[in-house]
Amino acid sequence: MSVPETRDGANLPTEIMELQMGPSHPATHGTIKFNLKLEGEKVLDCDVEVGYLHRGFDKSCENVTWTQVIPYTDRLNYASPLINNVGYALAVEKLIGVETPPRCQYIRVIVSELSRIFDHLTCCGMCCSELGAITVGFYMIEAREMITRIVEALTGARLTVTYVRVGGVKHDLPVDFAERVERTFKIIRKLLEDCDGLLSRNRIFIDRMSNIGVISRETAISYSLTGPILRATGVNYDVRKTNPYLVYDQLDFTVPLGTKGDNYDRFVCRIQEIEQSMKIVEQALKNLPVGPVWIEDPRFVLPEKEKVYNSIEGLMHHFKIIMEGIKVPPGETYFAVEGGNGELGFYLVSDGAGRPYRVRVRPPCFLAMGAFHEMIKGYMIADIVPTFGMVNMIGGECDR
Amino acid sequence: MPETSPSLQDIQDKLGPKVLEISQFRGDDIVVLDPMDLRESFRILKEDPRLRFDFLSDITAVDYWKKKEPRFELVYQLLCLQSGKRLRVRVPVSEENAAIESLTPLWRGANFLEREIWDLFGIKFIDHPDLRRILLFDEFKGHPLRKDYPINQQQHRVPERKVEGTFVDERSHNKLLRLKKTLGSKD
Repeated sequence: MSVPETRDGANLPTEIMELQMGPSHPATHGTIKFNLKLEGEKVLDCDVEVGYLHRGFDKSCENVTWTQVIPYTDRLNYASPLINNVGYALAVEKLIGVETPPRCQYIRVIVSELSRIFDHLTCCGMCCSELGAITVGFYMIEAREMITRIVEALTGARLTVTYVRVGGVKHDLPVDFAERVERTFKIIRKLLEDCDGLLSRNRIFIDRMSNIGVISRETAISYSLTGPILRATGVNYDVRKTNPYLVYDQLDFTVPLGTKGDNYDRFVCRIQEIEQSMKIVEQALKNLPVGPVWIEDPRFVLPEKEKVYNSIEGLMHHFKIIMEGIKVPPGETYFAVEGGNGELGFYLVSDGAGRPYRVRVRPPCFLAMGAFHEMIKGYMIADIVPTFGMVNMIGGECDR
Repeated sequence: MPETSPSLQDIQDKLGPKVLEISQFRGDDIVVLDPMDLRESFRILKEDPRLRFDFLSDITAVDYWKKKEPRFELVYQLLCLQSGKRLRVRVPVSEENAAIESLTPLWRGANFLEREIWDLFGIKFIDHPDLRRILLFDEFKGHPLRKDYPINQQQHRVPERKVEGTFVDERSHNKLLRLKKTLGSKD
């Protein structure tokens, strides 16, 4: 067979082809650029360019008060803003050295887990719809919408929630919260069952996911991967279990683990984590103690309006907190929570003034993008889409 | 198992004179290390059977401009996956010689983290395989997370870059040139 000739008479190119995928590509949700080296359709090397959504989170935080950072944390991982809120508030509280009342801790667990469900549904649903399973995508978006409605009833906003405060949460749960959650979980379980029926014996889905984007256990640890990507390789590392915070040590849940570290295991890990998260929320709602949702310390928490208007101390505290911000004692701390994509850590430095001296976020998907070339090397160019989908890169968090 | 759990005393024994300071704050173990032979110190922390801090959580830097001497401090968050114990390692770096050994031979995840520090703080990493800017663009002047970088600082506009690759469509470029010609733009 003769070699077919191209237009200008030369043989078909066999040299390595360079292709730029992104920064704005319909199959990659999020602005990111892959500089690919291809041999035919095979990916030889992939250089990931991040930073298209960089807006100077760290620098902005150094110029506002400790409380004003909370709205910025909403915009980090906008698929799970409540976990970011909780993580930041816990880090500041650790630096101050206070602990919130039990009811507040339970509420924080509930909102974190609702957010985690939201995050996993976004990730899995989007990934499926990119693979052509658009029905599953719609089902999961519907389930996600239910969670959004609960979050909206609780916080007043769908995504930019700003619900958690240093020393408490903005307000208590609404009266019909438990019934709402129960109703919603019933529908979500039904929807996930339908999704399972559509996917778990679906040849196309399994062929596209199984044994694609494999990363070994040692490589995953070496690249500091966390969350479902690390757990899909079989490493049992979940911050909720290894360094329990809030009341996670009193709740009964398991951490789903994979074996192969491929996209399919990541997908299954996430789907099973949704079920575990629902279990946690149900337990937490059952055991929810009665009591205040704020610490009682006028140095850190705004006084009630009645006190502000009727007493000089109340007015003074209010004025101090609003005008100067809360005073966090000098020192430094690192606090990690389990975010939707992995270990979400906050490293804070305070110099004793009303503003943070340094706020650093450990972004789990930034590190995952650092290992992306390892996951995709040797696979086809079409495999970038599900692999990138299961990494669940969120621009707001990756680029800060 | 408490007898195998790493403690600050163990670290002091293993690293000896490399340890400048040891402290605890709010339950966190903090070690300040000498920047000389840093990679070797980290290798001991990672591989010693009694310490085993085998997971690098995070690297970041803090700029103590006019507050502390030396000016910069690198902060490493280590974790022992087996016990879940955390350790924070701080390494002072001076402004005049803002360079430090890279940890990429030990943890490959350090690559992106160190690139970010170079980008935002301007601290160089010796033996780093690929030290480029990561979050900002190549033409960016200065390092924004340094405290002497003003928050309202503006950057110059960057001229349009020529795209390189196997399949570059020149038509859009030509179209742009034509458009500029009709509009009478000089550049």
